[in-house]
Amino acid sequence: MNLTREEERILKGEFGEGTQRALELLVAIGEAYDAEKMVPVTRAHAASSGQEGDLYFVELLANGGAFCRIPTTTNPVYDLDYFDSLFEIPKGEAEVARRVMEAYRRLGAILSWSCTPYMTENIPLYGETVAFSESSATPYVNSVIGARTNREAAQSALASGVVGKTPKYGLHIRENRKGTVLVRVNATLKDEFDCTLLGYYVGKRIGYGIPVLTGMSRPPNTEELINFCAMSNTSGAISMFYIPGCTVEATTVEEAFQGDAPGDRIEVTDNELEEIYEELQTTSGRIDFVMLGCPHYTFNQVEKVAGLLNGKKVHDGVSFWVCTSATTKALAQRSGYVDIIEAAGGHVVVDTCIDEPCWTMYKGKVGMTDSPKCAYYRRFKEAIVSRLQDCTEAAVKGRWE
Amino acid sequence: MKNLEITLKCHKIIGGYGEGEALVSHEPICFYLTDPKTGIVRERTHELAGKNLANKVLVFPSGKASSVVQIDGLFKLASNKVAPKAMIVKDVETVLIVSAFIVKVPLVDKLERDPFEAIRTGDFVRVDSEKGIVTITR
Repeated sequence: MNLTREEERILKGEFGEGTQRALELLVAIGEAYDAEKMVPVTRAHAASSGQEGDLYFVELLANGGAFCRIPTTTNPVYDLDYFDSLFEIPKGEAEVARRVMEAYRRLGAILSWSCTPYMTENIPLYGETVAFSESSATPYVNSVIGARTNREAAQSALASGVVGKTPKYGLHIRENRKGTVLVRVNATLKDEFDCTLLGYYVGKRIGYGIPVLTGMSRPPNTEELINFCAMSNTSGAISMFYIPGCTVEATTVEEAFQGDAPGDRIEVTDNELEEIYEELQTTSGRIDFVMLGCPHYTFNQVEKVAGLLNGKKVHDGVSFWVCTSATTKALAQRSGYVDIIEAAGGHVVVDTCIDEPCWTMYKGKVGMTDSPKCAYYRRFKEAIVSRLQDCTEAAVKGRWE
Repeated sequence: MKNLEITLKCHKIIGGYGEGEALVSHEPICFYLTDPKTGIVRERTHELAGKNLANKVLVFPSGKASSVVQIDGLFKLASNKVAPKAMIVKDVETVLIVSAFIVKVPLVDKLERDPFEAIRTGDFVRVDSEKGIVTITR
């Protein structure tokens, strides 16, 4: 790779060991992909987590005196203070989480602890070069916003946050942003949950690639796009997609394929979505808890939950969780929605993800969620995955048939 | 009987030197699905299920699974000193590079011959990533 004089000096350790390690990682990635050089990035999102592998690298940088040069947001770990009053988190796990969060603070990251930072805390512009890890974040900023990022790991995104650079490869090069598969959507898409299933199906079917979706009966809304991103990048590795007329980078199918013919074509009908829905259910009947907010719920979604639970009571045997960002919770609190959900016996919890070690008490339990991603990474035994209104109904009844 | 020795050029991704018995997998590997204490592959449907990758030179197509689990998986193996000694892959992806970087396990690709033809499980393999050379003895 061709490195600038400043980059050479960083590698010699002149800017401290933390920054040196960060650039060493970026150079290794650049060499692997035969990148010619580094390019500046102006934002990063690190998919932090309260786990040991993450802790090691974050402390390596923080103890080496590194500091984020560009706005760098963080992913959920978990809200230790909130959980402390409710249940016990194994001491070792809590200690790892505390140290991870402390190290990101020392690094000068924006402590969003949110998996949807592109909604509020860290919003790229069209065409901006960024380094965003996290399953929904990578495709959302590439496709919906039209910024440019590769499918980063938490550590490579953080390294970019510290150095302010990323190797020029992959989706930073226009030709690589070309569509690979034409997806004809012949499904009804009556609500948000159908877009969730569509994302899960497309990711599973394509695996790795850039789908171009046509024929959608209506343009998806913000929440539907967030879910499409999260699901397709969980069941598959979809870093980018096009919906010509909705996403910003191409207005026509031809433009999305950069003038080439699609490499492959698939069709999605209601049948495929029905099949994937059936496949997600591992049980029915009594439930132990409901988990919403994977990815973190938006203000609109929290408002919807409040509307569905208003004046109702969550069943005694069921715990009810809504995960969201601190920003969203603060706003929902102002509007009275948090009070409504809490009055019904539910919790609105910030900074937390379902895929964290804090939920050990649900290991042998039955959980219901509107998110196939939550079920995929589940830290519980059995899963029922259905639309939001089914989840709130089941929470009140204590069961779902 | 004279041993067969082949020396092949490769492309360095993560530097260093590692040697050991080869373990070949034709399927991608997720380190999170191995036993962190022993290095035994736990993924039931995997071709290496029940095999131990501790201290081996691992030959496989690529990594799989999310960054959080993959990195945590290899990190735990390395902490228990049961990580592979070196890794030879066909396709790189960012998460695998980050994982190898963190645990300092040499990682190479672009072997001048197809690694699945050149290397068999049980061969003795030396990976000198710095020099870009893989030596196979059988």
